[in-house]
Amino acid sequence: MAGTKEIRTKIKSVQNTRKVTRALEMVSASKIRRAQEKMKQSRPYARLMRQVIGHVAKANADYVHPFMAARDTVKRVGYVVVSTDRGLCGGLNTNLFRRILAEIREHQKNGVEVDIVAIGQKASVFFRRLKVNLVGSVTHMGEKPEVAQLIGVIKVMLDGFTEGKLDRVFLVYNDFINTMTQKARTDQLLPLPESESLETSHDWDYLYEPDAPTVLDQVMVRYVESLVYQAVLENLASEHAARMVAMKSASDNATKLIGTLQLVYNKARQAAITQEISEIVGGAAAV
Amino acid sequence: MSTIRCDIVSAESEIFQGTVKMVVASGEMGELGIAPRHAPLITRLKPGQVRVTLENGDEQSFYVSGGILEVQPQVVTVLADTAIRAKDLDEAAAGKAKEDAEKIIANRTDVMEIAEAQAQLAQAAAQLAALEQLRKTLKH
Repeated sequence: MAGTKEIRTKIKSVQNTRKVTRALEMVSASKIRRAQEKMKQSRPYARLMRQVIGHVAKANADYVHPFMAARDTVKRVGYVVVSTDRGLCGGLNTNLFRRILAEIREHQKNGVEVDIVAIGQKASVFFRRLKVNLVGSVTHMGEKPEVAQLIGVIKVMLDGFTEGKLDRVFLVYNDFINTMTQKARTDQLLPLPESESLETSHDWDYLYEPDAPTVLDQVMVRYVESLVYQAVLENLASEHAARMVAMKSASDNATKLIGTLQLVYNKARQAAITQEISEIVGGAAAV
Repeated sequence: MSTIRCDIVSAESEIFQGTVKMVVASGEMGELGIAPRHAPLITRLKPGQVRVTLENGDEQSFYVSGGILEVQPQVVTVLADTAIRAKDLDEAAAGKAKEDAEKIIANRTDVMEIAEAQAQLAQAAAQLAALEQLRKTLKH
């Protein structure tokens, strides 16, 4: 029975691998729902913020917040890159990094320098090996990311923009479209693109306490934070979805492999039995 | 009895939503009581309680660690912060983010050109695509 024992061991080991991938798949499947829930809960805040910004901007046409003012010359841009902390999620991070690298090269060709802020372990590790200017990093946000964890990295970028070091800030993350599709996406964070949807008729104004610039300033910072926070949530949902799909195909592959191995095992066993019988028959005939 | 709609939201969750008779919050310039048809107002909030009086007279209170209060004639919106915010705290957080980045850069062993990394990534993507293709053909 040469070889059958090895095949059996191999089958066992593939079965164990399948157990792991199945478990990971199911964990991700349940986490997607929670991540989507969080995404939904954070939307009203951003929507209401946008509304307030629209009102204040329309009511105070003479005061333009620095975050709204577009700059003509672009010498240096900032990128906030949102990645996952862990791997085993298919080509999610690879696609994201490919996208941002293409953009960085484009900028370098035009003589524009690039500053990077990395969110997530994978981005930190990736940009560590690259010849880019990494100015901020946060990792291990966990399953329940909080805005508080993001304040630091966002402030680095906002300060850079306010001081005039950065002329544009972009946000790169994986957009959760559905469980099967996630798309790497770049949004312009600063200056805030003017939205078309603001109501045009305006014949009233707020009472401001203490004054319009102070209030607007706080609203702007919170708004940018909520945008980055939402990107982190989108990316989290994308991570779980991508991992679920990757683990599902890994489990399927394992099942197929087990089937093939089982076939080989059966054949080997049958061959051994046949050989034994023919040996016995041969022996009996010789006697 | 006139009422006003009230939304209390933070970046992380919706805290309260409903029709109320009165909203009391601690604004930066002092305590504010907002009744229906209040003039449009916008103010920063101090950390403290936001109390709402429901239609049936019950009171509910929520703790907010700062934020923005926006009043329009028919709706009151509280955009609550999720953490205590102060200039020096924010600056400390920014300092930490920078420090983390410097630590990462300090651990740099071999520095790669962007083009090189791009080539490697393209290779990885091609491998993934090839695997995908292989799996498809194997299925049949």
